[in-house]
Amino acid sequence: MAINSIFDIAGSGMTAQSVRLNTTASNLANADTASSSIDQTYRARKPIFAAVHQDALNAAIPPSINDDASRGVEVRAIVESDASLERRYQPDHPMADADGYVFYPNVNVVEEMADMMSASRSFQTNVEVLNSAKTMMQRLLTIGQ
Amino acid sequence: MAISFDKALGIHEQALNVRTRRAEVLANNIANADTPGFRARDIDFKAVLRQAKSIEDSLEVVTTDDAHMAIKTPAEGALLYRQPLQPSIDGNTVDTQTEIVQYSKNALDFQASFEFLNSRLKGIVSAIKGE
Repeated sequence: MAINSIFDIAGSGMTAQSVRLNTTASNLANADTASSSIDQTYRARKPIFAAVHQDALNAAIPPSINDDASRGVEVRAIVESDASLERRYQPDHPMADADGYVFYPNVNVVEEMADMMSASRSFQTNVEVLNSAKTMMQRLLTIGQ
Repeated sequence: MAISFDKALGIHEQALNVRTRRAEVLANNIANADTPGFRARDIDFKAVLRQAKSIEDSLEVVTTDDAHMAIKTPAEGALLYRQPLQPSIDGNTVDTQTEIVQYSKNALDFQASFEFLNSRLKGIVSAIKGE
């Protein structure tokens, strides 16, 4: 029954959005993590979303309308942002390097907040899809009663 | 007089099938609302149902060997791309609002088809029981 795959699809959406929320939480938590070298400084992390394409040659799956459509979404990778780090002159800071500079992560707090809102909304939408698929399924089970 | 279930149930069984498939496609659009480059899909319900009906009426092809390829499904080629109203910078054409509206509408239509099918079944049952 195709309704089963709706559960998978909405579930994959929820998983992807919660990974996005996770990275946002990590970015926000580390927004002020100072460091004395470029290499050790935290960099903003972003998930890369990609549509899941099923194997067209998989004989186990009967041909259906969705052969050339994707089935859900996946997080292909989590990448670190290449944006330049913030370099502040703070000679009194305990983490300051020999020249008196401290490095701060390239986390844009405003951007992260917007991302967080977007992720939680999308998560909610997927939950609603899941719920209505559940209702459809329950209706189907009552057929003939 | 024999009861033909196929005739008694009418088109509603196929309608339910197409409705669930459409729900799947729309759910996939919603899940990929944040995927860069993803293009929203939808199916033309009327066209698919018409095709499903015509395939059912035609002769069936039997595959007797593993190497045989399955017959093209009625829904072949019916998966269309949605025309976006507003371009987005990452090439994603999912408009979550549109998709949610279509999804809920589709779920309601599913219920309608279900009710028709269910009442037909109930009719058959009471006919069998002779009530």
